[in-house]
Order: sequence, then structure tokens, then C-alpha cells
Amino acid sequence: MTAGLDRLRGGTPPKRHNARTIAALTGNPGCTRRAVLDAAGVDKPKLAQRIGFPGSFGQSRFALARGNGFEAMLKADDCALLRKVLTECLQLDAAGGYDDLGEDDDDTLTARHRRTRELLAGAAGAALIDHPLLTLDVAGQRVFLEPDLIALQIEGRLHVVEIKSFAIVDGQADSAKVSAAAVQAAVYVLALRRLLAELGHDPTLVSHDVVLVCTENFSLQPAAVVLDVRKQLSTLQRQLARLASVSELAAALPGSVSFDLALGPADLTAALRHVEARYAPECLSACELAVYCRHEAAGSTAALGRPVRDALGGVDTVAEALALAAGTAEPAEDQVEAAALLRAAARLRAELA
Amino acid sequence: MSTLTALARAQAYADGRAQPIATVRHLHVHPRPLVLIPLAMAGEAHAPLAALVGAERSAPRLLIVAQPRNRDHRFAFAAELAGIVLPYVDSFTAATEAVAVDRGRDVRHRFTDAPQLWVPNTGGVDFLRLFGRSTRFRSIDGEYAVPPSVPLLGRWLTFFAHAAEMPGSSLLLNAVQALGLHWATGQSGAEDAQLAALLAWISPPPGRTGAEAARAAEDPALSPPAGPATDPAFDNHVLAPLMSTAEPDVAALTEVLRAQLLPTWELMWRTLDLLRELPAGARVAGRWDSDRDTYSGFVQHLAEGGPPQPRRDGAVAAAARLHRLESAATRYAVQRAFDDPLVMAEYRLVGAAFAGEVTLANADRIDDTGKRPVLRPRIMVVTGEPVRVEPGATLTSPQRPSQKALVISVTAAGADRTEVLLELSGGMGRKLVAEPGSVPAVGERVLLTTLSEAYRPGGAFPDPDQTPWTHGGPPPAFTPGSEQADQ
Ligand code: SF4
Repeated sequence: MTAGLDRLRGGTPPKRHNARTIAALTGNPGCTRRAVLDAAGVDKPKLAQRIGFPGSFGQSRFALARGNGFEAMLKADDCALLRKVLTECLQLDAAGGYDDLGEDDDDTLTARHRRTRELLAGAAGAALIDHPLLTLDVAGQRVFLEPDLIALQIEGRLHVVEIKSFAIVDGQADSAKVSAAAVQAAVYVLALRRLLAELGHDPTLVSHDVVLVCTENFSLQPAAVVLDVRKQLSTLQRQLARLASVSELAAALPGSVSFDLALGPADLTAALRHVEARYAPECLSACELAVYCRHEAAGSTAALGRPVRDALGGVDTVAEALALAAGTAEPAEDQVEAAALLRAAARLRAELA
Repeated sequence: MSTLTALARAQAYADGRAQPIATVRHLHVHPRPLVLIPLAMAGEAHAPLAALVGAERSAPRLLIVAQPRNRDHRFAFAAELAGIVLPYVDSFTAATEAVAVDRGRDVRHRFTDAPQLWVPNTGGVDFLRLFGRSTRFRSIDGEYAVPPSVPLLGRWLTFFAHAAEMPGSSLLLNAVQALGLHWATGQSGAEDAQLAALLAWISPPPGRTGAEAARAAEDPALSPPAGPATDPAFDNHVLAPLMSTAEPDVAALTEVLRAQLLPTWELMWRTLDLLRELPAGARVAGRWDSDRDTYSGFVQHLAEGGPPQPRRDGAVAAAARLHRLESAATRYAVQRAFDDPLVMAEYRLVGAAFAGEVTLANADRIDDTGKRPVLRPRIMVVTGEPVRVEPGATLTSPQRPSQKALVISVTAAGADRTEVLLELSGGMGRKLVAEPGSVPAVGERVLLTTLSEAYRPGGAFPDPDQTPWTHGGPPPAFTPGSEQADQ
């Protein structure tokens, strides 16, 4: 990590990334504030809380319990059920070894990463590698990825296997959940590819076809589907490339700007104002800072959603849009057409509403 | 989004209160609807946790599943729900009416009324669809037998969920969508999805702006979510301790679930009150007639022992259904515009409709160039609104829907005035002299649009058992009890 980014975080250790947080980076790619905070590893939920705008990103215990139960069931008896469903899905024999590199544990990070490299370098025979520890460069810093994933090495190719406990009913699943899973899987594919490249292997040995293992219909029986994540991969690469330039951005910030959580709310809010945000209603379900950013964006047309902003001719604020509609503001050159439409709309609403 | 609706959102933001985007109600509100608020168990595959249901505001019935992972408990819940839904849907079969078909050469019968279900949001609709899916194939005998009412409930829920996909149908409605059709708030569509926040903008409590009330309504501790997803904090701190025991305390569970559901119950009935205050659009009754047709057809299908809806439509059924959905969507959009000047205004804004004044009218003009002389009056309409129609286009007026107006010429007259010369046909009686009032008179304000209510013939699809092999061949017949081990 660059010194500029490190400084922003103050005394707190960086928040660790996982596939979910990296996947979330693709959520609002235009937002500098988020890019800087994420690149610096600032704990956004804590920050939001500290400045008095906590979000609600809780997860139900029931959902977690079911997810864990499903995973345990698949992995029981040397992954018997998982092998069965993978064999059926990929039409390949998923027999072979099973290596679990262990649970989330800070002390073993480097050891686990070494083991992962060894296993993948070996690249012989079919094997299931559980909890491999991967790394990815995010904004100039090397982050460890703790994937809840199994890499399936089969016939010389690697497939990422994601286990999710949502249901596929009659071949259809919640599309939002599937696309979230696809982005996460793409993070793993990318990290695996970079690792293989470092080891001197052909990175394309990691397939862009990932396997999603879900529950089927209303049972706890597994069903596997193959997802092509090429599109997600290119979005992700673009976003990571963009993030790389964030360190320069951070370096350009005044020396007083800090997100050290030991600071008071007023200082933190002032620091936030130095980094430009691009709030959209989608943030509410994607970024822990959303309640604050929404508050800050009040009165902007963007806060009403992209379709509203576009239909208002791309005008920035509600007040400006209303003034153009009422004819009390003179439109700028590029607003003439939008202003005429707004005035006509205002006349119609006055006549009819 | 149209500029008109976007402007209404901007005005709502500035005023701190939702703004109307419709002058009439575009859906049927039943005098005795069945309100149903389902809650699902987090993490489970669409397993019910509770439901608050009833056709009377003062008498909500609470159903709960004390152990959602237990199959027997789930089906007991389904049977209980069936005990409420089935008598309700059966209660509209008392009277029928005859409807002429085939130009009066034949009659068929339909029920004079039909059921109407209300859920809070689209999640509620999805829940009913999936709950219908999980129950309609259940076998009523054998090892995993369920009471006969359970698969029947599944078939009804599936019927309603399918109806909800049909634009303009009022058989299953959701409060969020119904309100959003009539009001624009000063927040985003994503935030509108929360019923409490949406209603806060539409009718804020006294002394508060819509924005303030909406923010307050976002706190799940004050306004529990309208389902089917529960508040994670409620799950973790209230539900989990009560459910983690082998023998859950049913009385305590009932109490906390009722407390989660009752606020939404109130919001549902407030939604109905608000919608009832609006006068119904002229074409709403006609669409409800179609709903009664659909309902009557399904009752008959059940009475004849027809099979449950298939898991997935076959190729022919899917194509035919898509076609029906598309034409329903077009028809619904046109009907709303014809019923509601504020909806029509959206078309005026983009030049697909214009209002103007009749400046010339030749009401008894006869065209005798053909075999027979025909009545073809011409009128000149002058408008200051944008006109995006070409000569040769056919226009209609909501004031005279059965009359066609052929555009003869469009001429710019001055800076922002346009003269449109129109030739009229139809809707003037059968004689060579127009019925009084059937031709717009000089000085009359008229509205003309390219939208048309004209009937569009359906596509021709083969019978399902003639499905070509390229489309998977004929679908297999239903075999009962094929899904025993599904859960
Ligand atoms: S909530 Fe704020 S920081 Fe997060 S992505 Fe949106 S605008 Fe950026």
C-alpha cells in the first residue's frame, strides 16, 4: 500500500478485503469517495456509525445458519455430494484429492498462501482445493482474499466453484443473487489467473466458466449450474485498473484529510467532503456510507434516481429543474432543449394535475 | 421515465409531499378484497414464517409457522391459509351473467364478481407464486400426503400470480405498485419500494413533511418491513432466541410476529382508502370484466378436473402467453391515456397527441369518388403543441373513440402554431348526414392522438400437441404426485 493511502486511515489497521468487498467495488465505479476509502482500507461501516449515519447491512442468523449447513452437507464424507453434483454438471469426473487449507486465521496467511501456490504449481490430477488463499492487487496494495471457494482442478483446468444457499426453482433463480454470485466468482477467477501467471503457467487454464452450486427447488438438495463470467471479469479489471490510479488521487489530498476513526465526527465529515462522491439510490443497497451520502446529496436530481435525472434533462439540482420549468431561470446553452420540455411539462401539469 | 412524472417527483421533493400523476384510479378496488401479508423465513427457500390475512380490516387472522424448517408445520400453515383463501375465492360464484359472443350469435356465462387479493409489494407477489409452486403438485395420498386443500391453494395462488403479470389485471394487486401508479414522491423508486416510506410521502402525519415521515419510516424498529423479508435485527434478537428451543413458545412467537405484521396491515387498508377516494377511470370496469372472465374460466377449469399449471410453459403456450402479455400492455397503456388527461399529457409532451381548437369544420362533406358516396367531414385543428404526425396517419380522440381522423396535411402557421387538416370517418351514424354533435364544431377544443384502441388480432399459434420438434416437441402430460421428495 502506498504511503498516501496508509496515511488516510490513520492508526487503524486496514480493513481486509474479501470477494464481496472487491465485487462491491464494481457497484458504483464512478464514485471517487468510495474508491479512495476502499483503497485505503477504511472501515466504512464504522465510519458511517461514527459520523452518525449508520446503515443497516445486517444479516439474519437464519440465513447464515442455512448457508453453513448447506456447505457442510456438501463437504461431508470427503465432499461426496459436491463431487456428485460437479461431475454431473461438468460432465467430468470430479474424483481425486481434497485439500482444505484451513479456516480464516490471520496467523497462517502466508503459510496458507504458500500451500496454495504449491498445490496449484503441482497442477497434476483432479483435485478439490478448499479455502485456497489468493492475493490480488487492489489500488497498489496486495490484499489477501479469503475465498469461501473451492477450486476444482480437473484435466489440467481450474474451475471456480461457488456455494450459495439460495434456491433455483424450475431452472430459475433470483437474478440479483445470481449476478452478485457471478461478480464474486469473477474476483476469484481473476486472482487465480494472476497466481498462475506468477507461477509461470498459462493463466487461461482458469476457466471463465464457474460453477454455482445452489439448492434446488424447495429442498436442500444441491443443483449446479455453469456461469460464464467473462463480462464480469472485464468490468472488474477495468475497475481495478481505475483503482490503481486512486493512490495518486489520495496523494493529492490535503495533508489534513484523515479518516482515522479516532477523530471526531465533525473532522471525519469535513474529511469526507474533500473526496467527491457520486451518490445514486443504488448505493443504498451497495455501500455502507449510503445514508450519509444520501443526506449530502439531498436536493440533487441524482438522488431521485438516474431515470428521473435523465428525464429532467440531466439538470443537477431539483431547484434548478423547477426554476427552468417555471421559466424563472435562464437556460444555459446546452439546456435550451431540456428547458423547453420542462416548461411544456410544467404547463401541462398546471393545466391538469 | 416521462418528463412529466420526473417533474412531479421534483415538485414532490420541493413541496415535501407526493404529487398526483393520475386524475382517476386505473385499477379496480374491490369492496371486499382479501389482504394478505406474507413473511418468509430468512435463508430458507421460500418457506413461510407467518401471514396476516383477512377480508375485514377489523379482523386480521394471524398464521404462524413455529418451526419453519419442519415440513409438517409448513403444510399445516398451508392448510390453514387454504382455509381462508379457498372460501374467499369460492364466494363469488353465486351469480352469473350472460355475455354475447361471436357477434351475438352465441352466449357464454361468467360470474358477476371475482376475488381480489392485495399484497404489500412485488416481493409478496413473488412469494405467492413460489408458495403456489411449492404446494400445487403435492400429492394428497401416499407417504407424504397433504390435505386436498393444499394443492388446490397452490393452484389458486399460481392463478393469481399469473394474473398479476397481466398488465391491467386487478385480480392480485400490490400496494406499492398501485400507489406508485397514482402518486410521485420526492424520493427515488428504490426508496418507494418500502410501503411505509411511500405512504409517508403520500399522506404524512400532521405536522410533518413527507420527507421527514419517510425517513422515520425507514427505521425497522418503528416500521417493520412489509415483508416477505424480515428485518435481520428482528431475526437475530427477537426471533432466534424464541425459535432456538426444541419446543418454541408459540404464544410468545405469535405475539412478536403480530407486532411485526400489524403496522403493515394498517398501511394496506390505508392504501385501499386512498385509492378509493379517486374516481375510477372509465375503462377500469371493462378490464375488471376481463378479470371476471379469467376467474370464471379458471373456476370452470378446476370444476372439469383440469391439471395444475405446468412447472414451465411449453414452447407454444409460452409464445402465446408472451403475445397476450404484450398486447395487454399496449392496450392498458392506451386505455389509461384515454381515461386520464394527465396520462395523455405524457403523449402530448412528445407529440404523439396534441390538443387544439377547431377553426374550420365542413361537417357534411361527401366523398363521391368511390362506388358509393360516403360521409367524410373535414376539420381544421390549430394547436400550439408539438405535432409529430405525418399526412396519411390516422388519429383518434378520447372524446370520440369510435371516430377516425385521417391526417390530410400538417402546416406550420407562425412561430409555434401548427394547422392540422383532418378527414373524419366513423362514429357519425349511418346516414350521409352526420348525427348532431358527432363532428367537432368550430371553437371546440379537441384532443387527437396516434394512440388507438383498435383491436389487434392475435398471432396464430399451433396447438400444444403440434409443437414442432425445433421447439422441444409436445409438452409431456402431467402425472400427479411426481414431486413427493421435493422437500
Ligand atoms: S454511498 Fe457514497 S461513497 Fe458509497 S458509492 Fe455511493 S456515493 Fe460513493
